[in-house]
Amino acid sequence: MKRPSLFTICLIILVGSWIFLKFVVGGIISVPIPGSVIAMYMGLIIIAILVHISVEDSLFREFRRPILETLVEDKRRLHRRVLVVLIPLLLLGYTYSIIAQRANPPGSPRDAHPSPPLELTYKDEVIGTMQDVVNPFRHYEKDDPEAFKAHVENGKRVYHQNCFYCHGDHLDGQGHFAPYLQPLPANFQDPGIIPNFQESFFFWRIAKGGPGLPAAGTPWDSAMPIWENTLTKDEIWDVILFLSDYTGYQFRTFGEAH
Amino acid sequence: MKISKKRLYLILGCVLVFYAVLAIAPAFAQDVTEAEYRAFPKIGSRNAAWIAAQLHLLFGSFILGVPMFAVIIEFIGWKTKDERYDRMAQEFIKLCMGAFSTTALLGGVLVFILIWCYPKVMSKLSGIFGPTMIFYVVLFFGETFTLYLYSYGWDKMQGRHKGWHLFLGVLLNVWGTAIMFVSNSWLSYQTSPATQYGVLSEGRRKSWIEEKLAADPSLTPETAMEGVTSHTMVPLHNETTGEFMGTLWDAVNNFTWMPVNIHRLVGNIAFGGSIVAAYAAFRFLVAKTKEDKAHYDWMGYTGNFIALCGLIPLPFLGYWLGREIYMFNNTMGINMMGSLFSWLFIIQAVMIGVLFIGANYYLWSGMGRIQGAEIYARYRPYMITVIIICVAIWMTPRTLSKISTASELSAMGGANHPHLGLFGLMTAKNTAVNIIILTTFLSFLFYRRSGKTPTASWQKVGNIAISSILFFATISIVVIGIVGFTVPTDLRVNVLTPYQVLVALAVMAVVTVVDIFMYRKATTSGTINWGEMTDRSQYVLILIAITFTSLMGLMGYARSGLREAWHIFGVMQDTSADAFTPLLSEAVNMVAIIMVAFFALVGFIFWLGLWGEKKKQASGAPAEAAVAAEGDD
Repeated sequence: MKRPSLFTICLIILVGSWIFLKFVVGGIISVPIPGSVIAMYMGLIIIAILVHISVEDSLFREFRRPILETLVEDKRRLHRRVLVVLIPLLLLGYTYSIIAQRANPPGSPRDAHPSPPLELTYKDEVIGTMQDVVNPFRHYEKDDPEAFKAHVENGKRVYHQNCFYCHGDHLDGQGHFAPYLQPLPANFQDPGIIPNFQESFFFWRIAKGGPGLPAAGTPWDSAMPIWENTLTKDEIWDVILFLSDYTGYQFRTFGEAH
Repeated sequence: MKISKKRLYLILGCVLVFYAVLAIAPAFAQDVTEAEYRAFPKIGSRNAAWIAAQLHLLFGSFILGVPMFAVIIEFIGWKTKDERYDRMAQEFIKLCMGAFSTTALLGGVLVFILIWCYPKVMSKLSGIFGPTMIFYVVLFFGETFTLYLYSYGWDKMQGRHKGWHLFLGVLLNVWGTAIMFVSNSWLSYQTSPATQYGVLSEGRRKSWIEEKLAADPSLTPETAMEGVTSHTMVPLHNETTGEFMGTLWDAVNNFTWMPVNIHRLVGNIAFGGSIVAAYAAFRFLVAKTKEDKAHYDWMGYTGNFIALCGLIPLPFLGYWLGREIYMFNNTMGINMMGSLFSWLFIIQAVMIGVLFIGANYYLWSGMGRIQGAEIYARYRPYMITVIIICVAIWMTPRTLSKISTASELSAMGGANHPHLGLFGLMTAKNTAVNIIILTTFLSFLFYRRSGKTPTASWQKVGNIAISSILFFATISIVVIGIVGFTVPTDLRVNVLTPYQVLVALAVMAVVTVVDIFMYRKATTSGTINWGEMTDRSQYVLILIAITFTSLMGLMGYARSGLREAWHIFGVMQDTSADAFTPLLSEAVNMVAIIMVAFFALVGFIFWLGLWGEKKKQASGAPAEAAVAAEGDD
């Protein structure tokens, strides 16, 4: 069998990559990938192809040979005619897909994570700086496992009485109310949530809820209630213990610098 | 009429000063009594300070970076008795000389803008750092005169005086590094006006405990010290009054000073190398003779090699700086990587991707001019694939809400993609960058080997050993990366990531040593045809320099912007009209303007040099650039 030209191989790689991302990764393996991310990956693949074909002059000549042949040679007249029809049709199809789109509002422009304040407060009481405050019951994990277990149990109770409706019984953000909320409730099973933040950050988010989010980075549109109006300080700390105990993830701590 | 180079500089300087005076003249009509801020006309104070500071920094980085490798190249030339190295080093220093006065001029402009527009801030800073400012001036004089001696004495101090000339080169670097360290103390202090208890002065320790006791009468001197370790962060200011309570050394040795110093020191080498390479690329493109093409090809290769050497450790050093920022203040850290500035780091990933792809492209193109390099071409598609996959991982955002539609977000089940979202975490990104670095190293290894046949009897064993080392290193880097998803962040940041970096660095060191021994007595099967590079590869060198410049501008915006509405974080608030964080788009536009201005200025300065050279050539003097670079690399 005749070996396909470099141009054809590049075209197959390009189209194959798109099919792989759109339908294999975004369909069979996982959930759909946003169009912008696919476009970003496709851009990189085009760069990879351009790099490969332009490093050596001989490769570049080989790559453009079928293009030149199609443009000038008599035996490729049919190809040319097909292309003359196909290219405008593709452009037409693309234009139509843009114009005829259903109303699809953009996602939230919110930042990835809100910036916490420098000081942690509960109602009006200053607990300390966000950097230094630690969970007052965390030390029981080593000092008094029984007491620790009791606090975790209490946290579990508080969670199931208040939080699980949105955050789910598996703490994966798939609670009963979750499908009706935008942004969706936090998924604590995600490895990028609990390990990236100190317990003080979680205390702040729970205590102040959506309305307590900072002015910068808005709109947050968070439906999270202000839990300091309902829960005691200790109950919030207990829920935080439960979150890490259930998921197995540890909150961010800081070792020694330098 | 014949105008000398010096006179032209003088005229240009006068014109610039005249325009600067005209630009700020209306501002003198403002109230000059006890003003906290004065507005810079037309563009605003912040933008004026931003442009002047960034341009000053870019020029400063260039003139500090170039002497570092110029003196090493001169040393190589001295030891190998190869004059080509000596001439190239001299040419580098000539570029430096051209940029030196502009750096000083921009520094002056920056100081004027700061004093005029931000008198209160400057008063506070000079109150603390006054002695270092005098020291800075002394250092600057040292640097200036050493540079003059080093440059103008180059031809005179050959032969038996060469050792002394090299000493001058080293001294020049000592002055330059000291200057940068001093000025870094001012800006790092603005970001982190605190330091650790263990390195704090005795006076501040006492005053800090007194403050604690005064704030909480229930404390005793003993109980106040509970939980305080040598790593406890201590502010250098009275937390109530904002009065500076530390010593000058406390302020200099603030928490982020050393990470910024080291990051910039290595960054200067990379930046200097890239600008030199871009200069050489330009000269290559306009060169008319084969000799010139060969010379500037060689110079571009050397510049790019230096830039690569600086670029390889930079991600690690940046990571260290980021870690220290998190340690100093978690809120600042979250702002940087997870909040206000997080998208900047996606742009950073794209740009660093461009740098690595560009550097590899240049190496691969370079192999085209070496006879016998064809055998390595078959590996190239795989290496491109690895680099592109790693760049894709590095630039995948963690949170996709800003770039997705509502229906896409619903389909993903949130703002994070359940699988690709993992690429957004640092453990994946660190793994990707380590593998990019190893692949780039492999490209260089192939380049080095091209056209050579080893004669060592153990070459087969050596090749198997090198392949195994690289293979197992890659596997261990990936395994560490995967484990990183499962361990506490503290362990990942302080143990796993440094271990990943050590694996990459150790592998590069070991493989280089083995390779050097293996190819020590190699026979040359093909020569390097210097000057036979494609024009495309030269444009890539220019692209690399543009990317470095833009990257420095953007990350400078991040470093400075992290303070948000504070002149001195947590101590002195910014109450001016500019006390808001500019939009990323605004920052990108500003950085682009600065980048264009920088290249316009640099281009002009280099063109002046070229002009002078042409005049010399026309008058019959020997062309210095006509050095045929032939033979080895």
